[in-house]
Amino acid sequence: MTVGIVPAVRVREVTRDYRRQRTSIFTPAPVVRALRGVSLDIAPGQRFGIVGESGCGKSTLLRIIAGLDQPTTGTVEIDGTDISRLPERRLGFLRERLQLVFQDPLGSLDPRMKVRDIVAEPLVSQGKRDNLPRVLELLEAVGLQPEAADRYPHQFSGGQRQRISIARALAPDPRILVADEPVSALDVSVRAQVLNLLDELVERLSLTLVFVSHDLSVIRHVCDSVAVMTRGEVVEVGATEQIYQDAEHAYTRALVAAAPRLRTALAGRTAADLAADTLAAKESR
Amino acid sequence: MTSPSWRGPSWRRGAGTSSGFSRLATGLLPAGAHRSRAAVSATIAVGGGIVGLIVAVGLLSLVWTPYDPGAIDPTSRLQISSGAHWLGTDKFGRDVLSLIMAGSRTTLVVGVVAVGVAAIVGVPLGILSAMVPKWWGEVIMRANDLLLAFPALLLAIMLTAVQGQGVVTAMIAIGIASIPSFARVVRSGAIGVMKTEYVLAARAAGRRPWAIALRHVLPNVMNLVIVQASVSFAIAVLAEAALSYLGLGAPPGTASWGRMLQEGQELLFVAPRLEVFPGVAIALAVLGFNLLGDGLRDRYDPRLRDGR
Amino acid sequence: MSMPSGSVPSASQGSVIAPRDAPADRPADAPNITAPDDVLRVDGLHVRVGELELLSDVDLTVRRGERVGLIGESGSGKSLTALSIMGLLAESLVPSGSIAVTGQDGRHTQVVGAAESDLAALRGRDVTMIFQEPMTALNPTMRVGAQVAEVMRIHRTVPDRHTAAARAVELLDRVGLPDPAEAARAYPHQLSGGQRQRVVVAMALANDPALLICDEPTTALDVTVQALVLDLIVRGVEARNAGMLFITHDLAVVASVCERVLVMYGGRVVEAGDVQQVFTRPRHRYTRGLIGASDLDLTRDDGRLYTIQGSVPSAGRFPHGCVFRNRCIHATIECESLPRWEGTGPEDGFACWHPVRVHDSQGVDAS
Repeated sequence: MTVGIVPAVRVREVTRDYRRQRTSIFTPAPVVRALRGVSLDIAPGQRFGIVGESGCGKSTLLRIIAGLDQPTTGTVEIDGTDISRLPERRLGFLRERLQLVFQDPLGSLDPRMKVRDIVAEPLVSQGKRDNLPRVLELLEAVGLQPEAADRYPHQFSGGQRQRISIARALAPDPRILVADEPVSALDVSVRAQVLNLLDELVERLSLTLVFVSHDLSVIRHVCDSVAVMTRGEVVEVGATEQIYQDAEHAYTRALVAAAPRLRTALAGRTAADLAADTLAAKESR
Repeated sequence: MTSPSWRGPSWRRGAGTSSGFSRLATGLLPAGAHRSRAAVSATIAVGGGIVGLIVAVGLLSLVWTPYDPGAIDPTSRLQISSGAHWLGTDKFGRDVLSLIMAGSRTTLVVGVVAVGVAAIVGVPLGILSAMVPKWWGEVIMRANDLLLAFPALLLAIMLTAVQGQGVVTAMIAIGIASIPSFARVVRSGAIGVMKTEYVLAARAAGRRPWAIALRHVLPNVMNLVIVQASVSFAIAVLAEAALSYLGLGAPPGTASWGRMLQEGQELLFVAPRLEVFPGVAIALAVLGFNLLGDGLRDRYDPRLRDGR
Repeated sequence: MSMPSGSVPSASQGSVIAPRDAPADRPADAPNITAPDDVLRVDGLHVRVGELELLSDVDLTVRRGERVGLIGESGSGKSLTALSIMGLLAESLVPSGSIAVTGQDGRHTQVVGAAESDLAALRGRDVTMIFQEPMTALNPTMRVGAQVAEVMRIHRTVPDRHTAAARAVELLDRVGLPDPAEAARAYPHQLSGGQRQRVVVAMALANDPALLICDEPTTALDVTVQALVLDLIVRGVEARNAGMLFITHDLAVVASVCERVLVMYGGRVVEAGDVQQVFTRPRHRYTRGLIGASDLDLTRDDGRLYTIQGSVPSAGRFPHGCVFRNRCIHATIECESLPRWEGTGPEDGFACWHPVRVHDSQGVDAS
């Protein structure tokens, strides 16, 4: 990080503990440590990926960065301002600067709201009325017809719903876009379209992109830097290509080894090879 | 650092997306209609028809009934159906048809007001209990449980002792007794809504809690409210009948189906029609509101709206 | 065409009974004659619901020991095909055509129009299925060992309860669960997703089925777990010389696991063939588009991914004639009539009026 440039996102030693149900009166409730001291810096304009398997804490981290959850200890600074201790009502400025795209195209849109209301919601929260022109502008930017504004989410396909989600996220003109597995629930051909769209928008609007996924190949295509997470910790951070080719940490190597790839499969890499390589990588130093 | 209330761990993502298989396995088509549009329309038509009929009869009875429902005519007691009295007369010589017609007013008013009272208090209570910090939510629900445990009958008796007998007293008592069901049903629905990703997205968009309650939670629990309303209406109708039967509801002068049941009880084997007619009327009213509630709930689900 | 050496393993690894070559003289006018080593023979399967046709003209064959992939995206009909084979279609869906299943003991069953009792005997014994979601496939109130044992007792493949329980523990060990005796006493929620899927695999293979159908079995799992579970499934199938029909949207997984593949779109099979051939020299335009779109390493000049324009129409509302024509840049007026199947048979061929003839080095469409 160049000295003097304020990072878009700065995470310092963030932990997040959850209390589970007590199992007996005599012992205190067991604590689940979803995040165990995570530190990250994301520079403005960077496309930063966070990769990890289920339960690694990446979604928890994302929510904390987005101000939807507070860390148990540690700090989060967005454009220099510490948001980790602010109550939700004081986070209005954050909502203008940072927006989210979620994983589930259907679940992230209120089924009883029209698309125009869904997309305008961030603007309505800021007190703006008469948002229709902006809504139509946004729908066009994500490749949807203006008629879409008066329809309901269930009338669209998964890819289209994700576009609506992106339109909503871009409504308040944020500087930082945080995407939580935005293409994981989409078909392959639709995924390509949505990734291209994200690519185009991030470039055109000079956004900082934080992209979370369990799929290393998607991250490799989208992001220039990546942090690898497992069990609540970041085990490796660096340039994507470098991590892909020559990872240092055993877990990263296992991730790379385990993913089936068409070219290598056609060249003869079987399921048995995948399994063997994964186990070998996990155990390696 | 203590975990915060509003942003606490209850904001977990909801269950994963259903696979295409589960949609297919239930034989659902494109947008997953549980019932076809035709079935929904039929339900609304039949339910609405019955309710409409009752309302029409009620309205009509304001201006005309074949006879004055209160008119006692000792010379025409206990007559069976005839040209003069289509449904016969009761033990006081009153025309049964006129009584049924006038009684529909009582039924409708009691049902609507009782459900209205219950919904106006119960729905916000349910939503509130789902959105406040867990501990407060529990307090609210325990208070709700207290109300639930309190027998409606006792409530009605107490109110009658204070206010005197009357239809209004009955309505309020039944309404208060129906609050807990609304609160419970709405709470469980609201908890489910709060876990969805679209509420998370609303928070990310900067919405305040009250706006989320109004704009997201309420519309998405309305289907539960409608169904509960039709169930509660049915219960209210039966409760009014029971109260009148016990002498606590409509006073002797007011026509009421429940009162008719009570008065005809001792003549069950002599003139069974005096029980059958008001009984059928009550059953029909309950059926009509239930069907209407079901149909409306399905009709206003946006997923079924365009029949895809 | 010959396969390069060191390629995707064929069924000849491990034991195999019949030669891999299909009998070339299977008569086209006698669709119900099954060859001796056929485990599954689907002929002219159509599935309708009301007026809409969800599946049209599906032909597919799986032989003993063969691993066949079925590729498609949402709305392609691949899951519906699997359900049809198991006789699990909902009441409103009407199948027609022929689905002939042959069990390990040589018993033949025609699934279309079969009585529920015959189907019940078939499922879990001759044909078993592994679904995507391990949690919903397992009964949460039953210990996993009991669930595996139950599968065997239902079909009477073991003489009594004790044998069933012992064999269940043995199966759990074979699927790689640590401490299998303890694991057998666990409830599903006490196991991880990968472990649960292993239990499901154990249940599916417990009765040594002739055919295993997998519908996206590893999609819901972490990638490191996926690798291990895939290997497990393949080894399990090979050990029993069972046929496998592997349904997924993930091309790389199919290439790692299967020898042959069918590509489905719009309720039809649009291309079929050897995995090598279909993925390196696709003929149908959709296949080519799909391969291009799924390769994230492949970009156009502007750095963007290759895509297939438009989106998948909803079920039953695909265009007449070629189902892909409203998204294909090569479509002409000719495509309004249904393309003929061109190939040596249902296992190798394609249905396209304007197939890919020249394969550039990338093998993709510039659409």
